[in-house]
Amino acid sequence: MIPLSWYLILGAILFATGAAGVLLRRNVLIVLMSLELMLNSVNINLLAFGHQMQDLRGQIMAIFIIAITAAEVAVALGILVALLRNKHTLEVDDLTIMKG
Amino acid sequence: MEEEFFLLLAVVATATGLLVVVAKNPIHSALALVACFVQVAALFILLGSPFLAVIQIFVYVGAVMVLFLFVIMMLDVQKEAKTRFLTPGAVPSLIVLLLLAGEMLFLLLQSDRLQTFRAASPPDQTQTPADISELSLLLFQDYLLPFEVASVILLVALVGAVVLAQADPEDNTHTSGEEAK
Repeated sequence: MIPLSWYLILGAILFATGAAGVLLRRNVLIVLMSLELMLNSVNINLLAFGHQMQDLRGQIMAIFIIAITAAEVAVALGILVALLRNKHTLEVDDLTIMKG
Repeated sequence: MEEEFFLLLAVVATATGLLVVVAKNPIHSALALVACFVQVAALFILLGSPFLAVIQIFVYVGAVMVLFLFVIMMLDVQKEAKTRFLTPGAVPSLIVLLLLAGEMLFLLLQSDRLQTFRAASPPDQTQTPADISELSLLLFQDYLLPFEVASVILLVALVGAVVLAQADPEDNTHTSGEEAK
């Protein structure tokens, strides 16, 4: 039986990796993929706690997270295609036009 | 035996997750993310939730990453691979990142409540893992309203993505010329 803390540490490592991708990379596509990685690490934590407590609500919440993630990715990639059509760049530094 | 499987899957998931962040080509990042998601799906099976593992494969690997790969192949990825990382803003975000990672690992390793939680509720081997019919009953009885709301959100996202991604009708020739280039 695997201790709960192993899963939590793995989730923390994956979350930190995804956060590194979001904060350090310039490419918008990589930033979105790192966001997926972070959401997935949260799912690992939810399922680990649900498994430990023999509670199905962890799985329910993970199902909803996956559904919302799919919706988010569809909208984000639609925005990305529209953005690329207008601005011809994928780098996040070139997209900071809304700062006052 | 389970521990060895967990360690194998965790090491591969961590390595491929790191590869997502450091890879130069976005296609390599996407394929590494697919590998990472497959490892995480196997971890879900270890966690006694095979339904979530199948959903993970279907939704993430089958739908989300294929969408990513479509967009990557539609776009011109060659010209913007010169600078991979943010150069000017990298130092503060690196500090924030190290603080975040150190804090999470410190709290997880030092937490007394986590240790007592593990001791208080020993994992019982006798109890059968929750099977899928209980999950479906819970989902469609207690969580029916969130389920319907999620389906409406998916529909709205579908319509929104189609509206966002379609070209403007007035300068249709211009954009098709851009895309053909």
